[in-house]
Amino acid sequence: MVEETIARRYSEWKMRCPTHLCTGQEAVAAAVGQVLKKDDFVLSTHRAHGHYLSKGGNLSGMIAEIYGKETGCSRGKGGSMHLIDLDVNFMGSTAIVGGTIPLGVGLGLSIKLKKTDQISCVFFGDAAVEEGVFYESVNFAVLKKLPVLFICENNFYSVYSPLKVRQPEGREIYKLAQAIGCQSEQGDGNNVLEMYNKVSSAVNSMRNGGGPYFFEFKTYRWREHCGHNYDNDLGYRTQEEYNFWKERDPVSIFETFLIKESVITKNEINKIEINIQNELDLAFKFAEDSDFPKDDEAFKDIYAK
Amino acid sequence: MQNDKKRKLNYAQAINEAMFCAMEQDESVICFGLGVDDPKRIFGTTSGLKERFGPERVFDMPTSENAMTGVGIGASFNGIRPVMTHQRLDFFLLAMDQLVNNAAKWHYMFGGKTSVPIVIRLLIGRGWGQGPTHSQSLQSWFAHIPGLKVVMPATASDAKGLLLSSIFDNNPVIFIEHRWLHNLEGDVPAVDYRIPLGKAQRLRMGEDISIISNSYMTIEALHAIEVLLENGVNCDLIDLRTVSPIDWEMVYSSVKKTGRVLVLDTSVSTCSVASEIVARVSMECFNDLKCAPARLALDDCPTPTSSALTKKFYMGAEDIIVSVGKMLGKKIDISKISMQKAFPHDVPGDWFKGPF
Ligand SMILES: Cc1ncc(C[n+]2csc(CCOP(=O)(O)OP(=O)(O)O)c2C)c(N)n1
Ligand SMILES: [Mg+2]
Repeated sequence: MVEETIARRYSEWKMRCPTHLCTGQEAVAAAVGQVLKKDDFVLSTHRAHGHYLSKGGNLSGMIAEIYGKETGCSRGKGGSMHLIDLDVNFMGSTAIVGGTIPLGVGLGLSIKLKKTDQISCVFFGDAAVEEGVFYESVNFAVLKKLPVLFICENNFYSVYSPLKVRQPEGREIYKLAQAIGCQSEQGDGNNVLEMYNKVSSAVNSMRNGGGPYFFEFKTYRWREHCGHNYDNDLGYRTQEEYNFWKERDPVSIFETFLIKESVITKNEINKIEINIQNELDLAFKFAEDSDFPKDDEAFKDIYAK
Repeated sequence: MQNDKKRKLNYAQAINEAMFCAMEQDESVICFGLGVDDPKRIFGTTSGLKERFGPERVFDMPTSENAMTGVGIGASFNGIRPVMTHQRLDFFLLAMDQLVNNAAKWHYMFGGKTSVPIVIRLLIGRGWGQGPTHSQSLQSWFAHIPGLKVVMPATASDAKGLLLSSIFDNNPVIFIEHRWLHNLEGDVPAVDYRIPLGKAQRLRMGEDISIISNSYMTIEALHAIEVLLENGVNCDLIDLRTVSPIDWEMVYSSVKKTGRVLVLDTSVSTCSVASEIVARVSMECFNDLKCAPARLALDDCPTPTSSALTKKFYMGAEDIIVSVGKMLGKKIDISKISMQKAFPHDVPGDWFKGPF
C-alpha cells in the first residue's frame, strides 16, 4: 500500500529523487522482518522501502525523506535510496550495487566481537552476486562463522537486463553461496509463510553460533525499475511473464490463505487496511507539512564532531 | 545523411554517430556496458549499434565493473578497441584497481612495448535528487593518474570529434559526459572528423579576463559571457576539451593576454582540475597577473539529495558573472539572467523528467 501510494502521488513531482518501488516483492521483506528482533541489524539497497518498514523503520521519516524534507530519516541528504533508522537498527541502504554486502559482514564481525546473540541481515538483488565484493564478503563470513543472514531477492532483472545476459543459463544463485561454504537455500519469494519458516530455523541456528546463512528468494518487481510507472511497453519482459507473476501476488495469496484457515476474516483485513491507509495519510501529511532543510544545511555534517 | 556543416544533432546523437563511425571503419571496435542494448540505450547514445554490428560486438554485461574493465584491458592486448559505458561515474569506482594499476601502467611498466587502447565512457549525473552516490565529478582522480587521458566535451560537435579521437588513441581514455549536456544541440558534420586530444578550444575572444572551463560549466559560461558583454566586459573563454593532458600553451597565452583568470569546474574545489590550473598559472604567469587567480567549483561537500539543498549547491552563470565582476571591480546586474530560468533549478530543461 505504501509503494502504491508513492506511485500514485509521484507524478505530483514533489518526490524529486530516484525511487525504486518493491511492489510485488513485499513478501521477502515481510517474512524476514517478522523473524528478526529489534536489535538485529539490517542493511539494504536502492530498493529499500520494504526492508526499512519491515524492520520497523519510521514511516513518516521515510516519506519525508523521499520529499527531501528536514524531518526525513536522513534529513533530506539521502533520498529514497539512502534510508536509515537507528532506533530499530536499520543501519542504512545505499545505491551502489553490492555496496552493503561487506558492511553486513562487518556488523557480523562486530556481533562476534561483542559476544551478543544478534543477527546481521543484508538484502540485495540478483545483480549484486555479479560483483566481486559478494564473493569476498561471503568468503570472510564463512571463514569466521559470522552471524550474517544474506538475503538475495532474485527478481530476474537488473534494470532492463534479464539474467540471461548476465549469468549463465541454468545458474542457481544459492549454489554459488553453497560453493563458497555457506549454508544456502532457495525459496518461493512470494510465499511469506514458507520463507518465514525457513528463515526462522536458520536464524535460530545462527543465534547459537551456527555461522552465516544464505537465502535466494525468487520474486518479481511489478513496476518499472526506477520510478512510478509500469514499463512493460518497453518490451524487455513479456506480458505473459508479467501476468504469471501478477497472479501470484504475495499479498492476496496470503490473505486468501489466512481467511481459508480462519486466522482472520475479510472484515478484519479491511480494518487493518483502513488503519494502514490512515497511518499513510498521516505520514504524507507530515512530509508535506514539514519544512525543507535550510540552504546551509547542504554544507553541514561533512565531518562527525 | 547529408554532409552539411549546419546539420543539427544533440550531444547524445553525436556520441551515437561517433560510435557508428568508429565501428563501421574498424571491426576491432566493440561496445559493452550495463544496458548498452537495453530499451533505453544509455540515453540513446548506443541506439542501433546492436542491430547494425551484432551482439558479438555490442553487449550488455554482468554487474561486475572491476572484472569487466580488466576484461576490456585484456582484450585490448590483442588488438580490440573496447568502448565501455557506465551510466554513472560513481558505479565505475569499483574498477579503480584495474584502471589505475593495469590500464594506466601497462605501457610504461613494460618499457613502452604494448598499450591499452580502451575508452571508458562515464556519465556525471545531476538533478532530480541524484544525491551523494549518483552525481560525483571525479575527473581530477583520473587526471591525477599519469598514463590516462581524460576528455570532457562540452558541445555536440566536440563530443563526436573527441570520441572518435579517443577510440583511435592508443592509450586508455576516460571520456566524461555530463548528463545535462545530452540534449543540447549543435552543428555536427556527418563526416568522420577527429579533434585532437590535449588541445583546448577558444570559444570566445576577449581581453579583460580568461575563463578556463570544461564540460557543462562551459555552457554556463557562455550564458554568463553574453551578459558580461552587454556590460562591456570581454572574456576569453577557453574550453579545455581534455582535462588531461591540459593544453597549457593556450591557457598561458590567454592569461598572459588578459592578466586575469577564473577557472570553472564541475567538481568539488580541493585538489580539482581547477586547482591545478590556478597553481600552474600562478607559477608560470605570475608577472602577468593583475589580480589573484580565482576558481569557481563546488564546496568541499558531498551532493545532497533534497531539491531544497541543491538550490544553492551548484555554480552557474550568475556566480560566474559575480566572480568576474569582483575581479574587475565592477558591479553587474544579474537579475536578467535569473529571470530567464523558466523551469525548476534541479532540471536542465523541460525534456528532463527524472528520475535519471
Ligand atoms: C556498482 C553499480 N553498478 C551499476 C549500478 C546501476 N544500477 C542501479 S540499480 C541496478 C539494478 C540492480 O539489480 P538487482 O541487484 O537485481 O536489484 P533490483 O533492482 O532488481 O532490485 C543497477 C545495475 C549501480 N547502482 N551500482
Ligand atoms: Mg534484480
